Amino acid sequence: MFDLIKRFGALTIEYTRRMGVMGLFLFKAIVFMVIPPLKFFRFLKQIRFIGLQSVVVILLTGAFSGMVLGFQGFYSLSRFGSDAFLGPMVGLALIKELGPVISALMVTGRAGSAIAAEIGIMRMSEQIDALELMGLNPYRYLVVPNLLAAMISLPLLTAIFDVVGIFGGYLIGGKLLGVGAGTYFGEMASYVEMQDVWEGIYKSFSFGIIIAWVCCFKGYYAGIFTGFGSEGVSRATTQAVVLSSVLILVWDYFMTSILF
Amino acid sequence: MIQIENLHKSFDGHEVFKGISLEIPKGLVLALIGLSGCGKSVLLKHVAGLIKPEKGRVVVDGKEMGKDRGKALRALRDRLGFLFQGGALFDSLNVFENVAFPLKEKTRLSHPLIQARVLKELENVGLSGSEYKYPSQISGGMVKRAALARSLVGDPEIMLFDEPTTGLDPVTGQSIIELIDACHQRLHFTGIIVTHEISRISPIVDRIAMLHEGVVWAQGTPSEFFSFEDPVVRAFLGEASKCRS
Repeated sequence: MFDLIKRFGALTIEYTRRMGVMGLFLFKAIVFMVIPPLKFFRFLKQIRFIGLQSVVVILLTGAFSGMVLGFQGFYSLSRFGSDAFLGPMVGLALIKELGPVISALMVTGRAGSAIAAEIGIMRMSEQIDALELMGLNPYRYLVVPNLLAAMISLPLLTAIFDVVGIFGGYLIGGKLLGVGAGTYFGEMASYVEMQDVWEGIYKSFSFGIIIAWVCCFKGYYAGIFTGFGSEGVSRATTQAVVLSSVLILVWDYFMTSILF
Repeated sequence: MIQIENLHKSFDGHEVFKGISLEIPKGLVLALIGLSGCGKSVLLKHVAGLIKPEKGRVVVDGKEMGKDRGKALRALRDRLGFLFQGGALFDSLNVFENVAFPLKEKTRLSHPLIQARVLKELENVGLSGSEYKYPSQISGGMVKRAALARSLVGDPEIMLFDEPTTGLDPVTGQSIIELIDACHQRLHFTGIIVTHEISRISPIVDRIAMLHEGVVWAQGTPSEFFSFEDPVVRAFLGEASKCRS
């Protein structure tokens, strides 16, 4: 029994320490992001990787999410004779909630996992040590470009997701199930306010920070917190995706319930 | 000059160093030997400032490693080159870009100057013609050569070699040793070479030190070292020569 308490205590201390290290990691990343110089070409490369190369997956998921919402929304609303409100329902659901969350989850799976794996392999093969020994700051090369790129890309990807989703909803609700374009978009324009759009933007911006922070951290500390070798990298990647996804959902709840 | 004074370090309760003290005068090269897992590479990383000691200190040219941060640490590292066991080349950059990387990032040299310097360095290590190959496209020996070129391109005053010949065939290994010697003749760096291949390395080093049970078990010039009667040293040298034959 005493042993169990001892082990629980040791585990608590260890996880508290890791959380501290993780917090410090984000703090340093933000400090080096604010203080020049910025590795501009690496930043552009990451914008391309996180943002541009995620567009196809965002288009697909956005379109189908909107189409599903169109179906489900229409059948639910028509029970109450409110199918005219399909537009606002799809619009609000996508802009406030589904757009930021699903985009973030997609980017986590597509780009976040790759970031964690890349940095993890660099850690294992001593490339990060090599950077340090050259007198260069690994945060500037590996973390800041990802953080900045994710902060910029996520709101833009979310905007694409929202627009495609709204048209996907119209394709089903309007073209297939007979809600008129005027009703669909007109009601949407009446009920969706700029504040709702900002809410989605704030959320996606913060999700960008979460993805880059967690995935870079997991890769950077691969071998220290996740074990060595290829198994360590694979564990770091898995943990990065799982933790990012969980944090996105938890943070989404807090942002929705407290901030808005 | 590199001074290591009373260095202590433990990992997960296992005491790796129990008071290591060593001194490498300016311009001399020390071979560091010992059984696998005795902490040779860890000692090298202490000297490079990648690991902080629990007790004791590492002093490089009067400046204590691990104490300075920021600009002071970067200035100290500017004078230091490190050849990693696996090369640690950036795998997304080709050989040319790898060698040019420190110059591009840390100097204001123009592109033609950087190009000339990198090509010269690659020629010195016998890698002319392989500039645009990626680390995954070249052999282990070529990776070591490219890594050596990268670590030497800034004309370091201190060079640390972590098992430079491990994993290479005897001919390639010998060529790397000769290359290190040629670079030392050219740059006169102060160096530490972690190695198991003591008989092959000994002609190019000034001193040999053996780590055993967390301390410097024996040290001396190569001729002194090979005449030591200590059973641990004899056993190591005996096994090393068996491996070589």
